[in-house]
Amino acid sequence: MQPTLFSSIHLTVSQLTLHIRKQLENDPTLQDVWVEGEISNLSRPASGHVYFTLKDKNASLRCMMWKPDAARLRVNLQDGMAIEAHGRITVYEPQGTYQLAVNLIQPKGEGALYQEFLRLKAMLESEGLFAPERKRPIHQLPNKIGIVTSQTGAALRDMLNTLRRRLPLAQVILAPSPVQGVEAPPALVKGIQLLNYQLPDVIIIARGGGSIEDLWAFNDERVVRAVAESKAPVICGVGHETDFTLCDFAADLRAPTPTAAAELATPITILDLSSDLLSARTRLTSLTLNLLAEQKAVISSFISRLKYISPERRIQSAYQHLDELSRRAFSALTHGIQIQISNVNGISKRLLSLNPEGILSRGYAIITRKDDHMVVSKVSQAFGKMKVRVSDGEFEVNRGLDTAAVIE
Amino acid sequence: MPKASAKKSAKPVEELSYEEALTELEGLVASLEDEQNPLEDSMRLFERGQALVAHCSALLESAQLKVQKLSGESLIPFEEESE
Repeated sequence: MQPTLFSSIHLTVSQLTLHIRKQLENDPTLQDVWVEGEISNLSRPASGHVYFTLKDKNASLRCMMWKPDAARLRVNLQDGMAIEAHGRITVYEPQGTYQLAVNLIQPKGEGALYQEFLRLKAMLESEGLFAPERKRPIHQLPNKIGIVTSQTGAALRDMLNTLRRRLPLAQVILAPSPVQGVEAPPALVKGIQLLNYQLPDVIIIARGGGSIEDLWAFNDERVVRAVAESKAPVICGVGHETDFTLCDFAADLRAPTPTAAAELATPITILDLSSDLLSARTRLTSLTLNLLAEQKAVISSFISRLKYISPERRIQSAYQHLDELSRRAFSALTHGIQIQISNVNGISKRLLSLNPEGILSRGYAIITRKDDHMVVSKVSQAFGKMKVRVSDGEFEVNRGLDTAAVIE
Repeated sequence: MPKASAKKSAKPVEELSYEEALTELEGLVASLEDEQNPLEDSMRLFERGQALVAHCSALLESAQLKVQKLSGESLIPFEEESE
């Protein structure tokens, strides 16, 4: 084409760049694209944004990642690393360059693995392997716990420490198995099957964290089927919280980590057991004490009934009767004596009245002759010396014979 | 079957597993609660209960996680690597 001054389009650099930008940013393909390549010129300035170039044999693409997206990166970026980057094409106008604004990065091949994961998941799901009604309850107090994992991993150590802390009464049977690489799936399957012969209450299948490739054995169809077919309920604790494997779906219970799997395998801990035991002991003691108290009450009611019907009362009333009789006897006796006394008194009075001395008190006197003690009863006898006795004593008188004659 | 609970476990307490002992203890306490046992039976139940409690406590206190590993189809003790 011949250059011509009369071309109809004249633009400033800015206008042209803006035009290019609009072209690129209006193309849907360029706004939502996965680009595969190797990282080079990786740079992480203090701003927190990440800059690198994505290259393959024949071309290179400038890439940048904003700080918030870079902070969410799951993979540790390195020069030479083969990755798949997702983002949109933008234009940096000051330099007239275009670049990929990356928001997601995954190691190369992961995309294909993920597709395989989804295909297998859909297939096994349609077979009903993940159905909720297949899930069995986990034993509350397992006696025998089977573990399928690597015998050298931190995962095993964490699980054993957790079990030791929570339920040291349990017995653990380990089925050692590689947990990554081509030999892992058949070994995991065999471990699950052999453990089932030991009739464990629960089986834990576990592995520590790693990349999706590291965890891939737990997406292997054979392993997933073995988990689903296990007679003992299976708890799956593979990777970290955010990692999901097909074993997680097939297991009866999914745990976010191996340690969590060991916790979920022991719902009741030794602390619970201790406090249950304490309350059982308290109940036992108080029940028995109540029982004894009841028996005591029964006995004391018998005691009062016995007292009521005992001969003691009859004996007492017999005593009373005896007392009564004795009182009556005594009073009868007293009465007799009184009568006797008053009789005696009467007789005594009568006797007193018969005493000649009594007459003296009424003014009479007894006169006796002093020589012959003869009582003078006639005037003719009254001569000589005589003794006159009155009530309070006696005195003498002397009377001549003639006197007596005179009076006469 | 009120009497059965008292007589059933002729097994010496020392030979019971924790779970067996606990199950028996629970049954025994329930039987003390619900049933009219003769006093003598109740006292026997109480003594058995005390023995079960003591046995369970001893098991809890002395419990040590037993770890074995499969070697082929047989079990061998598993030695943890010390750190």
